[in-house]
Amino acid sequence: MPEIIVNDCPTPVPDGVTVAAALAIAGLAHTRNSVTGMPRGPVCGMGVCHECRVSIDGVRRLACQTLVRDGMRVETGR
Amino acid sequence: MNRRYDIVVIGAGPAGLAAATEAAASGARIGLIDDNPRPGGQIWRDGPGVVMPAPARRLRARLELASNIECHLGSRVVAPVGAKSLLIEDDDGAWRVDFKRLILCTGARELLLPFPGWTLPGVTGAGGLQALIKGGLPVAGERIVVAGSGPLLLASAATARQHGANVVRVAEQAGQRSVARFAAGLWRWPGKAIQAAQLLNRAYRVGHQVVEALGDQRLEAVRIRHGDAIEELRCDRLACGFGLIPNTGLGALLGCRLNGAAIAVDCWQASSCDEVLAAGECTGFGGSELALVEGRIAGLVAIGETAQAEKLMAERSHWQVFADALARDFALDPALRRLCRPDTLLCRCEDVPYAQLEGREGWIDAKLASRCGMGACQGRICGGAANFIFGWPQPAPRVPLCPARMETLLLLADREGDHC
Repeated sequence: MPEIIVNDCPTPVPDGVTVAAALAIAGLAHTRNSVTGMPRGPVCGMGVCHECRVSIDGVRRLACQTLVRDGMRVETGR
Repeated sequence: MNRRYDIVVIGAGPAGLAAATEAAASGARIGLIDDNPRPGGQIWRDGPGVVMPAPARRLRARLELASNIECHLGSRVVAPVGAKSLLIEDDDGAWRVDFKRLILCTGARELLLPFPGWTLPGVTGAGGLQALIKGGLPVAGERIVVAGSGPLLLASAATARQHGANVVRVAEQAGQRSVARFAAGLWRWPGKAIQAAQLLNRAYRVGHQVVEALGDQRLEAVRIRHGDAIEELRCDRLACGFGLIPNTGLGALLGCRLNGAAIAVDCWQASSCDEVLAAGECTGFGGSELALVEGRIAGLVAIGETAQAEKLMAERSHWQVFADALARDFALDPALRRLCRPDTLLCRCEDVPYAQLEGREGWIDAKLASRCGMGACQGRICGGAANFIFGWPQPAPRVPLCPARMETLLLLADREGDHC
Protein backbone atom coordinates (compact mmCIF):
# COMPACT_ATOMS: atom_id res chain seq x y z
CA MET A 1 0.00 0.00 0.00
CA PRO A 2 1.57 3.32 -1.00
CA GLU A 3 1.81 6.11 1.54
CA ILE A 4 1.28 9.72 0.50
CA ILE A 5 1.74 12.85 2.58
CA VAL A 6 -1.41 14.93 2.72
CA ASN A 7 -0.86 18.36 4.30
CA ASP A 8 2.20 16.99 6.17
CA CYS A 9 0.23 13.97 7.44
CA PRO A 10 1.41 10.51 6.23
CA THR A 11 -1.62 8.66 4.82
CA PRO A 12 -1.66 5.07 3.55
CA VAL A 13 -3.88 4.72 0.47
CA PRO A 14 -4.83 1.81 -1.81
CA ASP A 15 -2.71 1.31 -4.91
CA GLY A 16 -4.04 2.70 -8.20
CA VAL A 17 -6.47 5.27 -6.81
CA THR A 18 -6.60 8.90 -7.90
CA VAL A 19 -5.42 11.69 -5.63
CA ALA A 20 -9.07 12.86 -5.52
CA ALA A 21 -10.04 9.47 -4.05
CA ALA A 22 -7.04 9.49 -1.70
CA LEU A 23 -8.08 12.86 -0.26
CA ALA A 24 -11.58 11.52 0.44
CA ILE A 25 -9.99 8.47 2.11
CA ALA A 26 -7.99 10.91 4.25
CA GLY A 27 -11.28 12.55 5.24
CA LEU A 28 -10.85 15.70 3.19
CA ALA A 29 -13.89 16.85 1.16
CA HIS A 30 -12.23 20.07 0.19
CA THR A 31 -9.44 20.53 -2.30
CA ARG A 32 -9.08 24.26 -2.86
CA ASN A 33 -10.38 27.63 -1.67
CA SER A 34 -12.26 29.70 -4.21
CA VAL A 35 -11.24 33.28 -5.02
CA THR A 36 -13.66 34.50 -2.31
CA GLY A 37 -12.51 31.86 0.17
CA MET A 38 -15.23 29.25 -0.18
CA PRO A 39 -14.27 25.57 0.18
CA ARG A 40 -14.50 23.53 -3.03
CA GLY A 41 -14.17 19.83 -3.78
CA PRO A 42 -13.97 17.66 -6.91
CA VAL A 43 -16.96 18.14 -9.26
CA CYS A 44 -16.57 16.83 -12.80
CA GLY A 45 -14.19 13.95 -12.04
CA MET A 46 -12.75 14.18 -15.55
CA GLY A 47 -10.34 17.09 -15.77
CA VAL A 48 -12.74 19.79 -16.94
CA CYS A 49 -13.78 21.94 -13.97
CA HIS A 50 -10.39 22.32 -12.23
CA GLU A 51 -12.10 22.45 -8.81
CA CYS A 52 -9.92 19.57 -7.56
CA ARG A 53 -6.63 21.29 -8.27
CA VAL A 54 -4.10 20.77 -5.50
CA SER A 55 -0.37 21.05 -5.12
CA ILE A 56 1.33 17.72 -5.84
CA ASP A 57 5.07 17.65 -5.17
CA GLY A 58 4.99 21.42 -5.51
CA VAL A 59 3.23 21.52 -8.88
CA ARG A 60 -0.41 22.45 -9.40
CA ARG A 61 -2.25 19.40 -10.70
CA LEU A 62 -5.75 18.00 -10.99
CA ALA A 63 -6.41 15.45 -8.23
CA CYS A 64 -8.98 13.59 -10.37
CA GLN A 65 -6.48 12.88 -13.17
CA THR A 66 -3.43 12.05 -11.07
CA LEU A 67 -2.77 8.58 -9.64
CA VAL A 68 -1.17 8.21 -6.21
CA ARG A 69 2.52 7.38 -5.98
CA ASP A 70 4.39 6.35 -2.87
CA GLY A 71 5.92 9.37 -1.14
CA MET A 72 3.86 11.90 -3.08
CA ARG A 73 3.28 15.18 -1.22
CA VAL A 74 -0.19 16.67 -1.61
CA GLU A 75 -1.25 20.04 -0.25
CA THR A 76 -4.87 21.19 -0.29
CA GLY A 77 -6.73 24.39 0.48
CA ARG A 78 -4.52 26.68 -1.53
CA MET B 1 11.04 14.99 -27.48
CA ASN B 2 8.95 15.75 -30.53
CA ARG B 3 7.10 12.96 -32.31
CA ARG B 4 5.76 12.32 -35.77
CA TYR B 5 2.95 9.95 -36.76
CA ASP B 6 0.94 9.14 -39.85
CA ILE B 7 -2.24 9.34 -37.81
CA VAL B 8 -2.80 11.03 -34.47
CA VAL B 9 -5.94 10.19 -32.49
CA ILE B 10 -6.95 12.60 -29.72
CA GLY B 11 -8.97 10.83 -27.03
CA ALA B 12 -8.78 7.21 -25.89
CA GLY B 13 -12.46 6.59 -25.16
CA PRO B 14 -14.59 4.18 -27.22
CA ALA B 15 -14.33 6.28 -30.42
CA GLY B 16 -10.59 6.87 -30.13
CA LEU B 17 -9.78 3.25 -29.25
CA ALA B 18 -11.92 2.03 -32.17
CA ALA B 19 -10.35 4.53 -34.59
CA ALA B 20 -6.77 3.72 -33.56
CA THR B 21 -7.21 -0.06 -33.63
CA GLU B 22 -9.01 -0.05 -37.01
CA ALA B 23 -6.35 2.18 -38.53
CA ALA B 24 -3.57 0.01 -37.08
CA ALA B 25 -4.30 -2.79 -39.60
CA SER B 26 -2.65 -0.67 -42.30
CA GLY B 27 0.69 -0.61 -40.49
CA ALA B 28 0.54 3.19 -40.28
CA ARG B 29 2.34 4.77 -37.34
CA ILE B 30 -0.33 5.92 -34.93
CA GLY B 31 -0.18 8.15 -31.86
CA LEU B 32 -3.05 7.94 -29.37
CA ILE B 33 -3.18 10.85 -26.92
CA ASP B 34 -5.41 11.25 -23.85
CA ASP B 35 -5.30 13.46 -20.76
CA ASN B 36 -6.42 10.70 -18.39
CA PRO B 37 -3.96 8.33 -16.74
CA ARG B 38 -5.65 5.24 -18.24
CA PRO B 39 -7.34 4.55 -21.58
CA GLY B 40 -11.13 4.11 -21.74
CA GLY B 41 -12.46 7.66 -21.71
CA GLN B 42 -15.38 8.38 -19.42
CA ILE B 43 -17.74 5.49 -20.07
CA TRP B 44 -14.99 2.88 -19.97
CA ARG B 45 -13.02 4.54 -17.20
CA ASP B 46 -10.75 1.99 -15.60
CA GLY B 47 -9.59 1.93 -12.00
CA PRO B 48 -9.06 -0.27 -8.96
CA GLY B 49 -11.88 -2.81 -8.70
CA VAL B 50 -13.54 -1.72 -11.96
CA VAL B 51 -14.83 -4.57 -14.13
CA MET B 52 -14.56 -3.43 -17.74
CA PRO B 53 -17.32 -4.42 -20.19
CA ALA B 54 -16.40 -7.01 -22.84
CA PRO B 55 -16.12 -4.59 -25.82
CA ALA B 56 -13.74 -2.42 -23.79
CA ARG B 57 -11.58 -5.41 -22.84
CA ARG B 58 -11.41 -6.53 -26.49
CA LEU B 59 -10.32 -3.10 -27.70
CA ARG B 60 -7.78 -2.73 -24.90
CA ALA B 61 -6.32 -6.13 -25.86
CA ARG B 62 -6.10 -5.08 -29.53
CA LEU B 63 -4.46 -1.85 -28.48
CA GLU B 64 -1.79 -3.72 -26.53
CA LEU B 65 -1.09 -6.05 -29.46
CA ALA B 66 -0.74 -3.27 -32.03
CA SER B 67 2.97 -2.42 -32.01
CA ASN B 68 2.39 0.50 -34.36
CA ILE B 69 0.18 2.39 -31.87
CA GLU B 70 2.00 4.51 -29.30
CA CYS B 71 -0.15 5.60 -26.36
CA HIS B 72 0.50 8.89 -24.61
CA LEU B 73 -1.65 9.06 -21.49
CA GLY B 74 -1.75 11.92 -19.01
CA SER B 75 -1.07 14.17 -22.00
CA ARG B 76 -3.08 17.26 -22.81
CA VAL B 77 -3.33 19.17 -26.08
CA VAL B 78 -2.34 22.75 -25.29
CA ALA B 79 -2.63 24.24 -28.78
CA PRO B 80 -2.40 23.58 -32.49
CA VAL B 81 0.92 24.81 -33.90
CA GLY B 82 0.88 25.33 -37.61
CA ALA B 83 -1.40 23.23 -39.82
CA LYS B 84 -0.31 19.70 -38.93
CA SER B 85 1.14 19.83 -35.50
CA LEU B 86 -0.05 20.02 -31.90
CA LEU B 87 1.67 21.14 -28.70
CA ILE B 88 1.23 18.55 -25.93
CA GLU B 89 1.98 18.80 -22.21
CA ASP B 90 2.51 15.86 -19.87
CA ASP B 91 4.01 15.37 -16.41
CA ASP B 92 7.55 15.62 -17.73
CA GLY B 93 7.21 18.61 -20.01
CA ALA B 94 5.96 19.77 -23.36
CA TRP B 95 6.45 18.25 -26.82
CA ARG B 96 5.18 18.66 -30.33
CA VAL B 97 3.44 15.99 -32.33
CA ASP B 98 3.27 16.17 -36.13
CA PHE B 99 0.63 14.25 -38.07
CA LYS B 100 -0.53 13.59 -41.60
CA ARG B 101 -4.08 12.87 -40.49
CA LEU B 102 -5.81 13.75 -37.28
CA ILE B 103 -8.83 11.99 -35.74
CA LEU B 104 -10.60 14.01 -33.06
CA CYS B 105 -12.30 11.81 -30.47
CA THR B 106 -12.42 14.43 -27.75
CA GLY B 107 -15.69 13.22 -26.21
CA ALA B 108 -18.08 15.28 -24.19
CA ARG B 109 -18.33 16.90 -20.80
CA GLU B 110 -21.33 17.14 -18.52
CA LEU B 111 -23.70 20.05 -18.60
CA LEU B 112 -23.72 21.30 -15.01
CA LEU B 113 -26.39 23.84 -14.13
CA PRO B 114 -26.16 26.30 -11.25
CA PHE B 115 -28.63 26.29 -8.35
CA PRO B 116 -28.25 27.60 -4.80
CA GLY B 117 -25.63 25.53 -3.00
CA TRP B 118 -24.17 23.82 -6.09
CA THR B 119 -20.64 24.87 -5.16
CA LEU B 120 -20.65 22.98 -1.82
CA PRO B 121 -18.09 20.17 -1.55
CA GLY B 122 -20.08 16.93 -1.98
CA VAL B 123 -21.99 18.21 -5.02
CA THR B 124 -20.57 16.63 -8.20
CA GLY B 125 -21.65 15.87 -11.73
CA ALA B 126 -23.63 12.65 -12.24
CA GLY B 127 -20.99 11.21 -14.54
CA GLY B 128 -18.56 13.07 -12.28
CA LEU B 129 -19.45 10.95 -9.27
CA GLN B 130 -19.23 7.79 -11.36
CA ALA B 131 -15.76 8.80 -12.55
CA LEU B 132 -14.62 9.63 -9.01
CA ILE B 133 -15.90 6.28 -7.68
CA LYS B 134 -14.09 4.41 -10.45
CA GLY B 135 -10.96 6.30 -9.40
CA GLY B 136 -11.33 4.83 -5.91
CA LEU B 137 -13.55 7.37 -4.09
CA PRO B 138 -15.15 5.45 -1.19
CA VAL B 139 -18.94 5.88 -0.93
CA ALA B 140 -19.92 2.83 1.15
CA GLY B 141 -22.64 3.74 3.64
CA GLU B 142 -23.13 7.23 2.20
CA ARG B 143 -26.56 8.60 1.35
CA ILE B 144 -26.53 9.81 -2.24
CA VAL B 145 -29.03 11.76 -4.32
CA VAL B 146 -28.60 11.57 -8.10
CA ALA B 147 -30.34 14.25 -10.15
CA GLY B 148 -30.50 15.94 -13.52
CA SER B 149 -31.42 14.25 -16.76
CA GLY B 150 -30.82 11.26 -19.00
CA PRO B 151 -29.90 7.58 -18.67
CA LEU B 152 -26.53 8.54 -17.18
CA LEU B 153 -28.35 9.16 -13.89
CA LEU B 154 -29.27 5.49 -13.66
CA ALA B 155 -25.77 4.38 -14.58
CA SER B 156 -24.26 6.69 -11.96
CA ALA B 157 -26.74 5.47 -9.31
CA ALA B 158 -25.91 1.85 -10.17
CA THR B 159 -22.17 2.46 -9.78
CA ALA B 160 -22.74 4.15 -6.41
CA ARG B 161 -24.91 1.25 -5.20
CA GLN B 162 -22.38 -1.35 -6.35
CA HIS B 163 -19.87 0.42 -4.15
CA GLY B 164 -22.12 0.27 -1.11
CA ALA B 165 -23.86 3.65 -1.22
CA ASN B 166 -27.48 4.14 -0.27
CA VAL B 167 -29.02 5.95 -3.25
CA VAL B 168 -31.98 7.69 -1.65
CA ARG B 169 -33.35 9.40 -4.75
CA VAL B 170 -32.77 9.52 -8.52
CA ALA B 171 -34.51 12.71 -9.67
CA GLU B 172 -35.07 12.90 -13.44
CA GLN B 173 -36.17 16.34 -14.59
CA ALA B 174 -38.00 15.06 -17.69
CA GLY B 175 -41.69 14.40 -17.26
CA GLN B 176 -43.64 11.15 -17.21
CA ARG B 177 -44.77 11.48 -20.83
CA SER B 178 -41.30 11.92 -22.35
CA VAL B 179 -39.66 9.22 -20.26
CA ALA B 180 -42.51 6.79 -21.09
CA ARG B 181 -42.10 7.57 -24.80
CA PHE B 182 -38.36 6.90 -24.56
CA ALA B 183 -38.94 3.62 -22.71
CA ALA B 184 -41.62 2.54 -25.22
CA GLY B 185 -39.17 2.98 -28.09
CA LEU B 186 -36.38 0.95 -26.51
CA TRP B 187 -37.49 -2.31 -28.20
CA ARG B 188 -35.52 -1.13 -31.25
CA TRP B 189 -32.32 -1.50 -29.25
CA PRO B 190 -32.84 -4.66 -27.16
CA GLY B 191 -29.44 -4.36 -25.46
CA LYS B 192 -30.38 -0.89 -24.24
CA ALA B 193 -33.80 -2.09 -23.01
CA ILE B 194 -32.13 -4.82 -20.93
CA GLN B 195 -29.62 -2.31 -19.59
CA ALA B 196 -32.39 0.13 -18.64
CA ALA B 197 -34.35 -2.62 -16.85
CA GLN B 198 -31.24 -3.64 -14.92
CA LEU B 199 -30.45 -0.08 -13.91
CA LEU B 200 -33.98 0.99 -12.90
CA ASN B 201 -34.54 1.21 -9.18
CA ARG B 202 -37.14 2.15 -6.61
CA ALA B 203 -35.58 5.54 -5.93
CA TYR B 204 -36.21 6.72 -9.55
CA ARG B 205 -38.68 9.60 -9.97
CA VAL B 206 -39.55 11.50 -13.14
CA GLY B 207 -40.55 15.17 -13.16
CA HIS B 208 -38.38 15.80 -10.08
CA GLN B 209 -35.88 18.68 -10.08
CA VAL B 210 -33.19 19.68 -7.61
CA VAL B 211 -33.75 23.27 -6.53
CA GLU B 212 -31.20 23.72 -3.73
CA ALA B 213 -28.26 22.07 -2.03
CA LEU B 214 -27.94 22.82 1.69
CA GLY B 215 -24.93 22.75 3.97
CA ASP B 216 -22.30 24.88 5.62
CA GLN B 217 -18.79 23.68 4.78
CA ARG B 218 -20.09 20.70 2.80
CA LEU B 219 -23.33 19.22 1.51
CA GLU B 220 -25.83 18.09 4.14
CA ALA B 221 -29.19 17.96 2.34
CA VAL B 222 -30.94 18.71 -0.94
CA ARG B 223 -34.35 20.13 -1.78
CA ILE B 224 -36.21 18.54 -4.69
CA ARG B 225 -39.28 19.95 -6.39
CA HIS B 226 -42.07 17.85 -7.85
CA GLY B 227 -44.95 19.97 -9.14
CA ASP B 228 -45.74 22.30 -6.24
CA ALA B 229 -44.29 20.02 -3.60
CA ILE B 230 -40.77 20.29 -2.19
CA GLU B 231 -39.07 17.39 -0.44
CA GLU B 232 -35.93 17.79 1.61
CA LEU B 233 -33.57 14.83 1.74
CA ARG B 234 -30.54 14.52 3.99
CA CYS B 235 -27.57 13.22 2.02
CA ASP B 236 -23.79 13.08 1.89
CA ARG B 237 -23.49 13.57 -1.84
CA LEU B 238 -25.49 15.01 -4.71
CA ALA B 239 -24.54 13.85 -8.20
CA CYS B 240 -26.19 16.19 -10.64
CA GLY B 241 -25.79 16.33 -14.44
CA PHE B 242 -28.10 17.64 -17.15
CA GLY B 243 -26.78 15.90 -20.24
CA LEU B 244 -23.60 16.23 -22.23
CA ILE B 245 -21.81 18.98 -24.16
CA PRO B 246 -19.53 17.90 -27.04
CA ASN B 247 -15.88 18.92 -26.52
CA THR B 248 -15.31 20.94 -29.66
CA GLY B 249 -12.53 23.24 -28.44
CA LEU B 250 -9.63 21.69 -30.36
CA GLY B 251 -11.75 21.15 -33.48
CA ALA B 252 -12.93 24.75 -33.44
CA LEU B 253 -9.36 26.03 -32.97
CA LEU B 254 -8.27 23.98 -35.98
CA GLY B 255 -11.04 25.66 -37.98
CA CYS B 256 -13.49 22.74 -38.18
CA ARG B 257 -17.02 23.87 -38.91
CA LEU B 258 -19.48 23.26 -36.09
CA ASN B 259 -23.00 21.97 -36.48
CA GLY B 260 -24.85 23.40 -33.48
CA ALA B 261 -22.83 22.38 -30.43
CA ALA B 262 -20.90 19.59 -32.20
CA ILE B 263 -18.13 19.20 -34.78
CA ALA B 264 -19.79 18.85 -38.21
CA VAL B 265 -18.80 15.71 -40.11
CA ASP B 266 -19.86 14.12 -43.41
CA CYS B 267 -20.75 10.46 -43.94
CA TRP B 268 -17.03 9.58 -43.83
CA GLN B 269 -16.59 11.25 -40.41
CA ALA B 270 -14.54 13.93 -42.19
CA SER B 271 -14.66 17.44 -40.73
CA SER B 272 -14.58 20.57 -42.87
CA CYS B 273 -10.78 20.70 -42.36
CA ASP B 274 -8.50 18.85 -44.69
CA GLU B 275 -7.15 15.61 -43.16
CA VAL B 276 -9.08 16.09 -39.91
CA LEU B 277 -11.70 13.47 -39.03
CA ALA B 278 -13.91 13.40 -35.95
CA ALA B 279 -15.86 10.64 -34.23
CA GLY B 280 -17.82 9.96 -31.06
CA GLU B 281 -19.44 12.42 -28.69
CA CYS B 282 -17.53 15.45 -30.00
CA THR B 283 -19.67 15.11 -33.15
CA GLY B 284 -22.86 14.89 -31.09
CA PHE B 285 -24.06 12.92 -28.10
CA GLY B 286 -25.07 9.32 -28.83
CA GLY B 287 -23.60 6.87 -26.36
CA SER B 288 -20.77 4.36 -26.58
CA GLU B 289 -22.28 2.19 -29.34
CA LEU B 290 -22.55 5.14 -31.73
CA ALA B 291 -19.09 6.35 -30.70
CA LEU B 292 -17.60 2.92 -31.40
CA VAL B 293 -18.99 2.60 -34.91
CA GLU B 294 -18.12 6.22 -35.74
CA GLY B 295 -14.59 5.61 -34.49
CA ARG B 296 -14.25 2.48 -36.62
CA ILE B 297 -15.43 4.38 -39.71
CA ALA B 298 -13.01 7.25 -39.03
CA GLY B 299 -10.12 4.81 -38.54
CA LEU B 300 -10.87 3.00 -41.79
CA VAL B 301 -11.32 6.23 -43.76
CA ALA B 302 -8.01 7.53 -42.38
CA ILE B 303 -6.21 4.56 -43.99
CA GLY B 304 -8.19 4.73 -47.25
CA GLU B 305 -10.38 1.68 -46.58
CA THR B 306 -13.56 3.43 -47.66
CA ALA B 307 -15.32 0.29 -48.90
CA GLN B 308 -14.92 -1.28 -45.45
CA ALA B 309 -16.10 1.94 -43.83
CA GLU B 310 -19.19 2.04 -45.99
CA LYS B 311 -20.29 -1.36 -44.66
CA LEU B 312 -20.57 0.14 -41.17
CA MET B 313 -22.87 2.98 -42.13
CA ALA B 314 -26.14 1.08 -41.55
CA GLU B 315 -25.03 0.26 -38.01
CA ARG B 316 -24.20 3.91 -37.44
CA SER B 317 -27.70 4.93 -38.58
CA HIS B 318 -29.25 2.41 -36.16
CA TRP B 319 -27.50 4.05 -33.20
CA GLN B 320 -28.03 7.57 -34.53
CA VAL B 321 -31.80 7.03 -34.20
CA PHE B 322 -31.21 6.10 -30.54
CA ALA B 323 -29.20 9.29 -30.06
CA ASP B 324 -32.02 11.34 -31.61
CA ALA B 325 -34.56 9.75 -29.25
CA LEU B 326 -32.34 10.59 -26.27
CA ALA B 327 -32.06 14.23 -27.29
CA ARG B 328 -35.81 14.50 -27.87
CA ASP B 329 -37.09 12.72 -24.78
CA PHE B 330 -34.68 14.20 -22.24
CA ALA B 331 -34.98 17.81 -23.41
CA LEU B 332 -34.48 20.20 -20.49
CA ASP B 333 -37.41 21.89 -18.78
CA PRO B 334 -37.13 25.70 -19.20
CA ALA B 335 -37.97 26.01 -15.48
CA LEU B 336 -34.37 24.89 -14.82
CA ARG B 337 -33.27 28.31 -16.13
CA ARG B 338 -34.79 29.95 -13.08
CA LEU B 339 -33.07 28.07 -10.25
CA CYS B 340 -30.44 30.74 -9.54
CA ARG B 341 -30.84 33.37 -6.85
CA PRO B 342 -29.05 36.71 -7.37
CA ASP B 343 -26.10 35.52 -5.26
CA THR B 344 -25.86 32.03 -6.79
CA LEU B 345 -22.46 31.70 -8.44
CA LEU B 346 -22.63 31.00 -12.16
CA CYS B 347 -18.87 31.05 -12.74
CA ARG B 348 -17.27 28.81 -10.11
CA CYS B 349 -13.69 29.66 -11.05
CA GLU B 350 -14.02 33.39 -10.53
CA ASP B 351 -17.03 33.37 -8.14
CA VAL B 352 -19.22 35.51 -10.42
CA PRO B 353 -22.83 35.59 -9.20
CA TYR B 354 -25.92 35.36 -11.38
CA ALA B 355 -26.88 38.97 -10.58
CA GLN B 356 -23.74 40.25 -12.34
CA LEU B 357 -24.64 38.39 -15.54
CA GLU B 358 -28.40 38.64 -15.83
CA GLY B 359 -29.38 41.07 -18.58
CA ARG B 360 -25.95 41.03 -20.30
CA GLU B 361 -26.06 40.76 -24.08
CA GLY B 362 -23.56 37.95 -24.41
CA TRP B 363 -20.06 36.83 -23.59
CA ILE B 364 -18.27 40.02 -24.60
CA ASP B 365 -20.58 42.14 -22.49
CA ALA B 366 -20.30 39.66 -19.60
CA LYS B 367 -16.50 39.62 -19.77
CA LEU B 368 -16.26 43.40 -19.93
CA ALA B 369 -18.34 43.61 -16.76
CA SER B 370 -16.97 40.64 -14.79
CA ARG B 371 -14.38 37.88 -14.79
CA CYS B 372 -16.96 35.28 -15.85
CA GLY B 373 -15.38 32.48 -17.88
CA MET B 374 -11.82 33.71 -17.31
CA GLY B 375 -10.75 31.16 -14.70
CA ALA B 376 -8.98 27.83 -14.83
CA CYS B 377 -11.77 25.91 -16.60
CA GLN B 378 -11.87 28.64 -19.25
CA GLY B 379 -15.65 28.74 -19.45
CA ARG B 380 -16.12 25.01 -19.93
CA ILE B 381 -18.55 24.87 -16.99
CA CYS B 382 -20.15 28.35 -16.97
CA GLY B 383 -20.21 28.42 -20.79
CA GLY B 384 -22.61 25.49 -20.89
CA ALA B 385 -24.71 26.98 -18.10
CA ALA B 386 -24.87 30.44 -19.72
CA ASN B 387 -25.78 28.82 -23.03
CA PHE B 388 -28.78 27.13 -21.43
CA ILE B 389 -29.84 29.96 -19.11
CA PHE B 390 -29.20 33.05 -21.28
CA GLY B 391 -28.94 31.50 -24.76
CA TRP B 392 -25.38 32.80 -25.25
CA PRO B 393 -23.32 30.75 -27.71
CA GLN B 394 -20.43 28.85 -26.08
CA PRO B 395 -17.39 31.14 -25.68
CA ALA B 396 -14.92 30.68 -28.55
CA PRO B 397 -11.93 28.54 -27.53
CA ARG B 398 -8.54 30.22 -27.31
CA VAL B 399 -4.94 29.15 -27.01
CA PRO B 400 -3.90 27.65 -24.62
CA LEU B 401 -6.75 25.12 -24.49
CA CYS B 402 -5.94 24.32 -20.85
CA PRO B 403 -3.86 25.89 -18.10
CA ALA B 404 -0.25 25.12 -19.02
CA ARG B 405 3.17 25.58 -17.44
CA MET B 406 5.25 28.59 -18.33
CA GLU B 407 7.90 26.45 -20.08
CA THR B 408 5.17 25.03 -22.31
CA LEU B 409 3.89 28.47 -23.22
CA LEU B 410 7.43 29.57 -24.04
CA LEU B 411 7.63 26.76 -26.59
CA LEU B 412 4.42 28.04 -28.09
CA ALA B 413 5.84 31.55 -28.36
CA ASP B 414 9.01 30.22 -30.09
CA ARG B 415 6.95 28.21 -32.50
CA GLU B 416 4.67 31.10 -33.38
CA GLY B 417 7.75 33.19 -34.05
CA ASP B 418 8.82 30.60 -36.67
CA HIS B 419 5.65 31.21 -38.61
CA CYS B 420 5.69 34.98 -38.66
